[in-house]
Amino acid sequence: MSSSKSVAADVVVVGGGLVGSAIAYGLAKEGLATTLLDEGDDAFRASRGNFGLVWVQGKGSDLPDYALWTRSSADLWPKFTEVLLTETAVDVGYSKPGGLMFCMTEEELEERAVLLGRMRFNTTGGYDFKILDRQDVRQLVPGVGDAVAGASYCPHDGHVSPLLLLRALHRAILKKVDYQPGQEVTAIDWKNGAFHVRTRHDAYIAPRLVLAAGLGNAALAPLVGLSAPVRPVRGQILVTEKVEPFLDLPTLHVRQTEAGTVMMGDSHEDVGFDVSTTLSASRDIASRALVQFPLLADVQVIRTWGALRVMTPDGYPIYEQSQSHPGAFLVTCHSGVTLAAVHAMRLAPAIARGELPPELARFRSDRFEVER
Amino acid sequence: MTFKRSEKEGQRVRLTFEGEALEAVEGESLAAALLAAGVKTFRETPQKGEARGPYCMMGVCFECLLEVDSRENQQSCMIPVREGMRVRRQKGFRGLGK
Repeated sequence: MSSSKSVAADVVVVGGGLVGSAIAYGLAKEGLATTLLDEGDDAFRASRGNFGLVWVQGKGSDLPDYALWTRSSADLWPKFTEVLLTETAVDVGYSKPGGLMFCMTEEELEERAVLLGRMRFNTTGGYDFKILDRQDVRQLVPGVGDAVAGASYCPHDGHVSPLLLLRALHRAILKKVDYQPGQEVTAIDWKNGAFHVRTRHDAYIAPRLVLAAGLGNAALAPLVGLSAPVRPVRGQILVTEKVEPFLDLPTLHVRQTEAGTVMMGDSHEDVGFDVSTTLSASRDIASRALVQFPLLADVQVIRTWGALRVMTPDGYPIYEQSQSHPGAFLVTCHSGVTLAAVHAMRLAPAIARGELPPELARFRSDRFEVER
Repeated sequence: MTFKRSEKEGQRVRLTFEGEALEAVEGESLAAALLAAGVKTFRETPQKGEARGPYCMMGVCFECLLEVDSRENQQSCMIPVREGMRVRRQKGFRGLGK
């Protein structure tokens, strides 16, 4: 057993998944001495179960600020991956061919057109999409099934390997951030303007604190006068053997990876802290994929898994600085991949200055109290 | 590395690999039979065309993929040898018959 130690830094980030890693990466770039506290391989790590979409279309349909924030991240993504590649030699497999969401009936397609049209109207700075009819979709994706009535296409959508993204971020911070795995936070004290973040053995001391612990934020936030009413929503994903390229662009439910495997997903289950897989969800996911892509009929699924999304009551993120404990920031979202670029390149520099970007004013957690 | 059968008892089974006749022993896996016959390259990777052969021999790594009786991407470590099998290397992606 090592003796306990106290480590001083400019900022302590709690959570080494995609959200915490992206922020720690950005903070270190601003020149802050950054400590990143992570749990171990047995953590509920949404980053490792992610589907890999960098997705814009439809997000923020009743909160234009979220649509804009998402869009600004999608705009930063090409530069973000370029920099990561230069710094780490890890190619995260990002591409931005635009994304599709299939509609199975004419009515659904019309509703989709209305929804995205309204979003375009409400979103200053543009929100591009196209509605594709039966013929358009077949021209773009020859393998699509007869039951598909059309699709919405958004040029800002893309996809990436979430595993390689996490690896790239961890490699990028290797020499710049004090990365501490296996450190579950047990207490946070605030003394003389500094946060004392205690783990089982050690204490990490800094005037600034970022809570990016996913589902763990629910217990940590109240320690610094914040509130993070997050709950787990399980998603299950199926991945197939490698097959010849048939799908150049990601869709909401099915995407083909660079390696040739086909990922299928987008299930939502409220089952608590349970990451197991079920036959019924697998069957639903596979059936939907087969309706959309009948040519996958004899393709073998080689693996399935479950992971827990980090969900707030309204589905939108929380970004907030504590009023009672200035210097403590809360960041929680369920789109750690899509938002990684804006977290690293825009959110982190603001936190380094001791503030949140002004466009995040509507993401405080007091919005949930108002609703009650 | 070369592989030898530890037990040579058993019924002989005849199959072909890349058109060449080959003898195996009933009860062994296709991957084991090819390794015993000195085959090194089972498949060529889809991305870079690199040579691959069996690694785990227990159905996990997907390195031993072969085309068996015209069916692609078959895990040869999980398939027992059968009389008359026609076996080829898996070269690149399996097709989708589109």
